[in-house]
Amino acid sequence: MLYFVARRLVSALSVVLVTLIVTFALFFVAPTDPAASICGDRNCTTERYNEIKENLHLDRPKVQQFAEYTVGIFAGRTFETSGVKQECNAPCLGFSFKNDRPVTDMLKDRLPVTVSLVAGYAVMVLTIGVFVGSMAAKRRGTLGDRALMSSTLILSSVPYYIVALMISLYLTILYPILPRGGYTPLTDNPGAWFAGLLTPWLVLGIYNCTQYARYSRGSMVETLSEDYIRTARAKGLSDRVVTYKHALRSGMIPVITIFGLDIAGSLAGAIFTERIFDLPGLGNLVLESLNNYDLPVIMGTVLVASIILVAMNFLVDVAYSLIDPRVRLS
Amino acid sequence: MTTPANEPKDLQDMTGTEAAADAKRGPSIATRERRQGSINPSGETPYLEVENLTVKFPTADGLVSAVNGLSYSVPLGRTLAIVGESGSGKSVSSMAVMGLHDRKRTQITGSIRLGGDEVVGLPENELMKIRGDAVSMVFQDPQSSLHPLYTVGNQIAEAYLVHHKVSKDVARKRALEMLDLVGIPNPQRRFKQYPHEFSGGMRQRAMIAMGLVNDPKLVIADEPTTALDVTVQAQILDLLNNLQKEFGSAIVLITHDLGVVAEMADDVLVMYAGRCVEYGTAEDVLARPRMPYTWGLLESIPTVSAANERLRPIKGLPPSLLNLPTGCSFNPRCPYKDRVKGERCTTDLPELLPVDGAGAHTSRCHLHDKASIYEAEVAPRLG
Repeated sequence: MLYFVARRLVSALSVVLVTLIVTFALFFVAPTDPAASICGDRNCTTERYNEIKENLHLDRPKVQQFAEYTVGIFAGRTFETSGVKQECNAPCLGFSFKNDRPVTDMLKDRLPVTVSLVAGYAVMVLTIGVFVGSMAAKRRGTLGDRALMSSTLILSSVPYYIVALMISLYLTILYPILPRGGYTPLTDNPGAWFAGLLTPWLVLGIYNCTQYARYSRGSMVETLSEDYIRTARAKGLSDRVVTYKHALRSGMIPVITIFGLDIAGSLAGAIFTERIFDLPGLGNLVLESLNNYDLPVIMGTVLVASIILVAMNFLVDVAYSLIDPRVRLS
Repeated sequence: MTTPANEPKDLQDMTGTEAAADAKRGPSIATRERRQGSINPSGETPYLEVENLTVKFPTADGLVSAVNGLSYSVPLGRTLAIVGESGSGKSVSSMAVMGLHDRKRTQITGSIRLGGDEVVGLPENELMKIRGDAVSMVFQDPQSSLHPLYTVGNQIAEAYLVHHKVSKDVARKRALEMLDLVGIPNPQRRFKQYPHEFSGGMRQRAMIAMGLVNDPKLVIADEPTTALDVTVQAQILDLLNNLQKEFGSAIVLITHDLGVVAEMADDVLVMYAGRCVEYGTAEDVLARPRMPYTWGLLESIPTVSAANERLRPIKGLPPSLLNLPTGCSFNPRCPYKDRVKGERCTTDLPELLPVDGAGAHTSRCHLHDKASIYEAEVAPRLG
């Protein structure tokens, strides 16, 4: 088991390294010149432009720039603009001159918002989604199963942003049944934290629960027809134990794959949800920085998103091996 | 479950070899109360009685009668082999004994009694108490019948815990004892292993250990050796035989392998298209078969002495259960139907009648001179 984890960790780290290189390349293939964008449209003299380039080390060889960037992540670095020195402590993911702040600090502000949103969402899909799917699988072919499955299909065929917008508009603003979205740090006021996130959780959760119910149902229908499920029933186990212990454990394996990718994707930017419910998370940050060509921030978020993705994949692998002993061998 | 009504038999009834085999296995189950099973041949009070059992499934093409008017009985300590081709209803009939069908989709009529108590129509929570306790099942393919994500030991212990209010530790000890009993070496280590770490034969042993952990009165073995190597098959059959002597359970052995039947069975029931076509003691059915389908089964066994001959399959295919031939279900494949006067084979369903006019050996066939046809034509071909 330890060997398994170590092996996966090494491969995960190499993926992060490749991402780092690709992200850095992004800086140069991007359609804007960072120096020009800092310099601004007006009052930008060639002198000033060259000065910015020099300060940002943009005039140096790309390999050296990459080395400085990478070293900065681990050791921190100092930026200098117009004679003002800006400290960027490790892990330094660059400096946003538009916001006059290190990228890392900006991410640190935004990450807890997104993590709060996604954590509640994860709980919802894993409990409600999987439970509904298992129930449907157990009763497959019945009226209840068909009603459930067709309603999830209908719900999931409406684009998410429409559903979210409608609920936000009708249930939180026009008829304020649900609390308005917003973010208060958990440590400041747990009640406000919960209230502000409740509606986004419900909307994001219920909408995606339909997907999870469908995945789980499909997987559970297959599992429930396995010979070992018949064996479990032949032992005299109750239907409940057979379904939620014996079948669920195998039935969850494909669902976990999807879950891992889904959570990684949502962490990297639940843009619609954050925008509609006014949550200052990573998704909103990406949107803002795309709007004003804040390249260091975009680079930083891409890098963080890819690390999250790799980490989630790693966790999914570990979860697999915990669930299925056969994975540990291969 | 109530105690079966048959009389307790003295264990001294066991023959010398059985006692020796028993002694060899040592005192592993010394603490367990020995069931007062009998190994007396027929004529005893049966433990399992199936009477006029009919199992129907609705399908897209109509209602299928997988089992039709089946009756048989098995006393404790005896083995009944149910023989037939795929789709003849042999598995379906025994699944019905455990109530393992989808209740909403299956229509079961007739009677199944265990130790005198009716099983058909019992609610699910009553059936649960019987499953794995009084009646257990050993399935065909141990590879797919064991849960791949739980250790073998835990699966056996779980089967014990379902029916006993004991601590996990007690169940664990019991499982270890069972692993030892079925001849799995190093039970302590094997307990913690997963099914994929077992060989096919070991898996089936583990399956048997799970089936017997609650000391069942009836074991239904559904093709227990089909998925195994021939050499391992013999070991598993020996194991089942020995354990039966030890536990005194009744066994219903479902198989299509007449070699297995010869080795294991006390009684044999031959099924065709959902019906019993011949039923009697193993000696009667194997040595004096009185039904062309049984003859066909016997003839289709390849023999070493006839190595250069072609195999003799039963021509044709089993009929569709949705569209059974009129008259005798076997008539389209029967090479002897011309010997029956008139069109009886294609118009009248033959009844299950005693072959000698009386006695326990019955068959379902219109042929008058079954005995002479068998002796003159079939027996010589069997070599």
